[in-house]
Amino acid sequence: MAHRKVEWIGVVFLLIALLAPAQGSAAEASLQPFVGLEGAIAIAGGTAHIPVMNDAAKNIMTFNPKIRITVEGGGSGVGVQKVGEGLVDIGNTGRPLSEEEAAKYGLKSFPFALDGVAVVVHPSNPVSSLTAQQVRDIFAGKITGWKDIGGTDAAIHLFTRDEASGTREVFWEKLLKKRPVVESANVVPSNGAMKTAIAQDKDALGYVGIGHVDAGVKAVILDGVAPTQETSMNGSYPVVRKLFMNTKGEPSKLVKAFIDYILSGDGAALSKKHGYIPLQ
Amino acid sequence: MAPSEHDRKIDAGKTPARNADRWIERFLLATTAVSAVAIVSILGLLVAFCLPLLTSGRIGEVFSWQWRPFGGKFGILAMCEASLYLSLLALALAFPPAVAVCCLISGLLRGKAARFFSVLTHFMTSIPTVIYGFVSVFLLVPCIRDWFEAGSGFTLLTAGLTLSLLILPTIVLVLKSSLDQIDPSLRLAAEAMGLTPVQQLRHVLIPAAYRGLVLAAVLGFGRAIGDTLVSLMLAGNAAQHVTSPLVSARTLTAHIALVLATDSHSMAYQSVFASGLILFVIMGVISLLIRKLGGKP
Repeated sequence: MAHRKVEWIGVVFLLIALLAPAQGSAAEASLQPFVGLEGAIAIAGGTAHIPVMNDAAKNIMTFNPKIRITVEGGGSGVGVQKVGEGLVDIGNTGRPLSEEEAAKYGLKSFPFALDGVAVVVHPSNPVSSLTAQQVRDIFAGKITGWKDIGGTDAAIHLFTRDEASGTREVFWEKLLKKRPVVESANVVPSNGAMKTAIAQDKDALGYVGIGHVDAGVKAVILDGVAPTQETSMNGSYPVVRKLFMNTKGEPSKLVKAFIDYILSGDGAALSKKHGYIPLQ
Repeated sequence: MAPSEHDRKIDAGKTPARNADRWIERFLLATTAVSAVAIVSILGLLVAFCLPLLTSGRIGEVFSWQWRPFGGKFGILAMCEASLYLSLLALALAFPPAVAVCCLISGLLRGKAARFFSVLTHFMTSIPTVIYGFVSVFLLVPCIRDWFEAGSGFTLLTAGLTLSLLILPTIVLVLKSSLDQIDPSLRLAAEAMGLTPVQQLRHVLIPAAYRGLVLAAVLGFGRAIGDTLVSLMLAGNAAQHVTSPLVSARTLTAHIALVLATDSHSMAYQSVFASGLILFVIMGVISLLIRKLGGKP
């Protein structure tokens, strides 16, 4: 399935490259390093990174059609493994590398943006703010009904993410303080699946990256602080993490150019556009 | 190597056709060997990956009930239980209608109607599981949630219903082929005795195809226990005891899919290989059963 997705992404990029050659002529300064380069960049790993990587790839391939960039998901764990085994050029993670990982594969990390994780509920849910302690109690299975936290007389349908998820990791470390999640919680394998599950269940509660919050779900105010880019950046919203690109050793010229582009003003604008906070 | 060179020269001198036969035979032998080696090495690799568990004496941790990977508990028995129950549930839901469909298309209905249902059944085998999965997420999950007030609606029953649809054509087709293999004289004799089509099926054909019934059930069960996507998308994946069909549960296959992407040095990651080995052994036992059942006349 992942393979087909990559193919589709490739087809879409090809079409864009064919349809919009005029845009390339008005190239911004940040794309100049790609002049004269050619080759392929394979990217895999954290799903939070995908929208940013896709847009960057689109811009670069439009500017210079001789460069092919493929973007795949898989999660932070897959990102580390694939880049470590040399299967891809850039492995994305939504968490810092563990010391063992960095040492085993000789990986080099490039943080580029900040991502907050928001507690989300169905838009029709009357509950719109919770304390961190309430969230901890819900995920520990101590609070099981919406009634106990000012909602309707219904059971809370709890959703969490899989063991390999970077979003789960930051949520569990920063908000749940590493306390176990109740066993009866449903487990979904991606941010997208989480949104689908929450958006169609009025009694659901889960969490997604702030960049993924849209009209389908409602982000809950936590301890009086709304989870937004601003509050994440100024440190008042505590459930945040950095997004990393990782390479095996020093990146090649082409890969370095890509990383520099993500870190440039244009790349920062892309991160911002998708709900992340660029680190510059 | 030398004798075969010699043989080939002699053959080439005889007839080109025999020479071609020889090469086709070799080619077939080579492809068969590659497949056989692949299967054996998969089993070998699974065992090799499970060895650290055995030697470190931590195998007992994997064969326990609690799965709390961040609290040092790595039990996969709950997943084994969920896989077993889900497959049995899907089989129980799919088997009676499958027998009915099979009876309809191999005797009760005639002409175009029978052809239509037969074509439909064949078509069902070609629907990708992911289609069943995502259609169910939007159609079946809300229904289960509202009708049974079953939490989020992602339950064993939801996955079981969808899986039953998935394995139904397998059961129908296996059953049909065993009905078709029945000696036509038996059918004629039954008809000559004045049995109606329903009586024929009930008293003659179905009993004669008893082995086919068991074979179809075993194959359907195997298909259900091996499926990943349906249980991953619909069963809710909570690693807990199965207390009713209306709880969220995690199957072995979904467990592998969810945990495979974790840090490869963790114990959680190693539990994936134990899960894989268990599935492999179950499937092996199933295919042995099928051989035993299908082998006898």
